[in-house]
Amino acid sequence: MIHLTTPISEEEILGLHAGDAVQLSGIATTGRDAAHKYMVEKLIEAPRPLPPADQKLYDELRSFLRGGAIYHCGPILRNDEGRWSFVSSGPTTSIRDEIYQDKVIAAFGLRVVIGKGGMGPRTLEACKRYKAVFLHGIGGAGVYNAASVAEVLDVFKKEEFGLPEAFWKIRFDRFTGIVTMDAHGKSLHDDLAREFDRNFANVIKSG
Amino acid sequence: MKSTAEWIDSKAFKEAVFELVRMAACELPADVEKALSDARSAEEPGSSAELTLSLFLKNIAMAKERQGPVCQDTGLPIFFINHPEGVSMRQIIRVCQDAAAWATTKQYLRHNAVDSVTGKNSGNNIGEGFPAVTFTEWDEPAIEMALILKGGGSENVSGQYSIPYAPLDAGRDLEGVRRVVLDAVRKAEGKGCPPGILGVCIGGDRGGGYMESKHQLLRRLDDIHTDPALAELESRILSDANRLGIGPLGLGGKTTLLGVKIGKLHRVPASYFVTISYMCWVCRRRSIRIEPDGTWRITG
Repeated sequence: MIHLTTPISEEEILGLHAGDAVQLSGIATTGRDAAHKYMVEKLIEAPRPLPPADQKLYDELRSFLRGGAIYHCGPILRNDEGRWSFVSSGPTTSIRDEIYQDKVIAAFGLRVVIGKGGMGPRTLEACKRYKAVFLHGIGGAGVYNAASVAEVLDVFKKEEFGLPEAFWKIRFDRFTGIVTMDAHGKSLHDDLAREFDRNFANVIKSG
Repeated sequence: MKSTAEWIDSKAFKEAVFELVRMAACELPADVEKALSDARSAEEPGSSAELTLSLFLKNIAMAKERQGPVCQDTGLPIFFINHPEGVSMRQIIRVCQDAAAWATTKQYLRHNAVDSVTGKNSGNNIGEGFPAVTFTEWDEPAIEMALILKGGGSENVSGQYSIPYAPLDAGRDLEGVRRVVLDAVRKAEGKGCPPGILGVCIGGDRGGGYMESKHQLLRRLDDIHTDPALAELESRILSDANRLGIGPLGLGGKTTLLGVKIGKLHRVPASYFVTISYMCWVCRRRSIRIEPDGTWRITG
């Protein structure tokens, strides 16, 4: 098991290869469908100057995401007298963010995208160009994954997006995943898809 | 003897339905846990498939111990109600809604009901058609409620085929059914959180096919179909799917499905639908039986 702590360097990313099991510690934000659409349409590609509230959030996200991670996750949370904590959380299907992810990696200097199911060629190219990896989490393992969220540090867009879709700024303590897309242009998902196709053809023929 | 309305309105009845939701969210059925444990033993030692299945099992134990939802996507709660004559469906729906809202405040359910036009999350798991409740009248005096929590990731890879289906040379027979069902599994890859469980319906119209395929998900994994032809098809598709190599979470491995359950409906001569509802490995399926005197017990 390889251990990584944010901020993560380019060299550390280049040392990772598809198939490596990793434990990640440090700062990240959750962000899924609504967050990715917002980041691209309202922050990255919106006409300048940005409205002050958006500019403030853009600056805030950039301040802690450089060398850090975004986590495709819609958690269940508990609030004990104003303190939030993750009760059950885990990766959601990442391919839905394929049209946004490359732009988000570039704009925020992300090193790690955490999700499940893998992503497409645009994200793979961005991982290669900007030195990032896709870390495949243990889908469905909500309580196990929540135990690796040591602290909830902040939340943005909670009212507008709702609890599952908000940006939850968190501190990981040894989040477990498997690198399935690396910065060398290799996607385990692409390799496996070819194998699945071969197996599928054989199984169909055997009828 | 209380009236039927008083029975359903009682504190005991409402607590029973709340318990059903809690248990469905936090405690996987024993047959599913056993199937995952058997799958782990079958994978190569040291493989990512074995690691993944071990972490699934660890998570199941942690969820039960801490009483947290096994998966954060608590999905659409779908209630299947068997009820005696004279029960008000509207009253039952209200009880199901109240139980969902109550469970949401206890973090057993995620805020999951989103208005499809405004995008606003209701925050209490109540919305139009949310939770879903379906009814069957039966001859017994008790009410039995089964609940599945159907996650979005697996629902997104569910699908419906109209055969003949030319890309696979799938005709209107059980071999054609086998082909399109395996196609759905191939296309789902890791996106439905395998190893999955399939509920399948042969026939019906488009809407009825989906409902029957969901009904099939209520069967235990060790349940064998009473129709020998369908029992054989279930077992054949299961073994074929596990030759695809998709494995846990689609990262490769021997276990792609844990079970296949197939039902059938009559169809019109012009149509032949095959409908597949994909259930993720976090197969949240529970049931309770509530007697007219208010006592209740877990039945699944």
